[in-house]
Amino acid sequence: MAETKSQTPKLDELEKGRWPSFVKEIKTAAQKSPMAADLLGQLELSYNEKIGHWKHGGIVGVMGYGGGVIGRYSDVPDKFPNVSHFHTIRINQPAGWFYTSDSLRKLCDIWERHGSGLTNMHGSTGDIIFLGTSTPHLEPIFSELTQAGFDLGGSGSDVRTPSCCVGPARCEWACYDTLALSYDLTMNYQDELHRPAFPYKFKFKMSGCPNDCVASIARADCSIIGTWRDSIQMDKDSVREYADRGMDIRSEVVDNCPAKCMDWDGKELHIDNSYCRRCMHCINIMPKALRPGKDRGAVVLLGSKAPIIEGALLSSVLMPFIKIEAPYRQIKDVIERIWDLWCEEGKNRERIGEFIQRVGLGNFLEAVELEPVAEMVAHPRENPYVFYEEYFVEDEEEEKK
Amino acid sequence: MQERLTDIGPPHYEKFLPPVIKQNYGKWKYHEVLKPGVMVHVSENGARLFTVRAGSPRLVSVDKIRKYAELADKYCDGFLRFTSRHNVEFLLTKQENIDPLIKDLKALGHPVGGIQNSISSIVHTQGWIHCHSAATDASGIVKAVMDELADYFETMVLPGKLRIALACCLNMCGAVHCSDIAILGIHRRPPKIDHDNLHKTCEIPNVSASCPTAAIRPATVGGKPSVEVIEERCMFCANCYTVCPSMKLNDPLNDGVSIWVGGKVSNARHEPMFSKLAIPFLPNNPPRWPEVTEAVKNLVELWAKNARKYERMGEWIERIGWPRFFRMAGIEFRKEHIDDFKHAGLTFKRSTHLNY
Repeated sequence: MAETKSQTPKLDELEKGRWPSFVKEIKTAAQKSPMAADLLGQLELSYNEKIGHWKHGGIVGVMGYGGGVIGRYSDVPDKFPNVSHFHTIRINQPAGWFYTSDSLRKLCDIWERHGSGLTNMHGSTGDIIFLGTSTPHLEPIFSELTQAGFDLGGSGSDVRTPSCCVGPARCEWACYDTLALSYDLTMNYQDELHRPAFPYKFKFKMSGCPNDCVASIARADCSIIGTWRDSIQMDKDSVREYADRGMDIRSEVVDNCPAKCMDWDGKELHIDNSYCRRCMHCINIMPKALRPGKDRGAVVLLGSKAPIIEGALLSSVLMPFIKIEAPYRQIKDVIERIWDLWCEEGKNRERIGEFIQRVGLGNFLEAVELEPVAEMVAHPRENPYVFYEEYFVEDEEEEKK
Repeated sequence: MQERLTDIGPPHYEKFLPPVIKQNYGKWKYHEVLKPGVMVHVSENGARLFTVRAGSPRLVSVDKIRKYAELADKYCDGFLRFTSRHNVEFLLTKQENIDPLIKDLKALGHPVGGIQNSISSIVHTQGWIHCHSAATDASGIVKAVMDELADYFETMVLPGKLRIALACCLNMCGAVHCSDIAILGIHRRPPKIDHDNLHKTCEIPNVSASCPTAAIRPATVGGKPSVEVIEERCMFCANCYTVCPSMKLNDPLNDGVSIWVGGKVSNARHEPMFSKLAIPFLPNNPPRWPEVTEAVKNLVELWAKNARKYERMGEWIERIGWPRFFRMAGIEFRKEHIDDFKHAGLTFKRSTHLNY
């Protein structure tokens, strides 16, 4: 049992204060795990030297998989031998991050037997993250995980673990079944998830409404965001109830509407739904009175990513509205055409958003057999440098293509 | 030997849904926030489901997860879930269990809140705990910042939602680029090239191609194939280091933190926005990063005091204008604030809409 308390004066400072302390968590794990104890020591060293002490991961994994395990090695293994290997394991989370206490206990038991006992619930992409194990434990962990019904998630140049918001399980705003789609895509693309064969990573995120609780528009190569086509459902009595309870309908609701499509005469709220942008604001603040319409589906957007390499991008509209119904062939057909093109023409480590920037959205749409529509752009082009593909030839009446 | 299972995928979510959710799946009618961190969802069938949301440090030990499991057994028939912002949520059907559960959570050191006009848990990356390319720590800064801002997690007194995120390098595994306040680890010096080992560990064309500004060229150094870096073109993104361990950027003297503001992902009211640079550099000062903590707290309080109801940080700044924001925040506007990457001109001010 490593005695660590007096050896980590800087980290000890982070046991104080109101917010739950990660240092306490590591110390708890260090009671049983020499790896967690050495992690504390190495982290204290980083706090003293203001530099990290992890090396680039090598290729490690489980048999038959190219993803799911990220190799991690200490660059000071002499000082901290128990973290000389400290690999990360990504485990595909159940859709919506729902668990039973028994399922969590099973995961804890496996991880206590084979790793540091430290986890992230959850990582940024959505997976359960097991932090810190050594190479010989990888196969046993994998075997016990699958026996318990869990599988690894994605890492590297593959489909990353799809994730979704709480959806219809607990949210009245879900415009489609995000959990069902998330599960279906995950199962359908197991091979693409576990065996990297793409130019770079590809992330799916499912959000049930434009509030986008899983930040799909900023973080997913393919963002599927629920919306509706018909009118907002309104319960007029409940609107008045909100007003009676002190809500200033004019300033809080009407004036905040980006489309200026609402009016309040002191008794009744009027919405011109033909102008509504489906932003959710009025519904968000009057959930008892207003609801998304009944003709529900989703916007499919493509291409968001963080800065590396060519700069950050938000996803942009690819399909302004589709119905989301099993077996989801409409989405899958488009996605598979996109993958075919990107795998053929994409450069190493080029995300789909960057690929579209490079080849042009117009050309991309042609290649994946989608018609350009006005919903895809914020506004048409401002520059006149147009690559016209249609022209006339002298003495010929027929237009050439 | 047991049969080796592969590609089984995650457990089906239905196995983990409490009966009240199975019975009312897709039938929820509306919800109300009862108090900070507690809401009730009411279904068309009249069923009521209570949610209690607690903050977490994201990095949790298996012992803590077992304690969550115990609480779920005690109050929620064994069901719970996590959120996209690392919170844990307990799903209750008995209203009388809410207060005892909150008491137990607080005894465990976990605050309850993060709903509606509050700061939810800070989405963040691994930092020095587990990442090779971190320019700063993640958990430590998040802990120090949230110690200061815990009140805003446990109450709903803010004008609107405030989402803080931290990424310990420009890879932004924490996707900070669309947050109300983003804390971003940065390098400020070009890579230190290990010419002796580069040809053994890296593919030189890949290293050259990794640079967004074409600052890296193949070169022979000391008789060995390697690369050279045109230093004035390097903007310290560390992408070369990601593809090649022999291009190390980590530097204790020059690594630190930048602060970005005004991003959002939700479509509510304003369209989604990127975060913009507020403070180009603050030093790494573990264990409590006082400069970073202070800067974030000031920004939160400035916005809280001046924004209109429901106005997110970026919406507020857009209304008052960036020059006024810099004046009000007491932040000096410098060369680093002016974009000089691709399409930088689109960010220049191209009107006389100014106030003085």
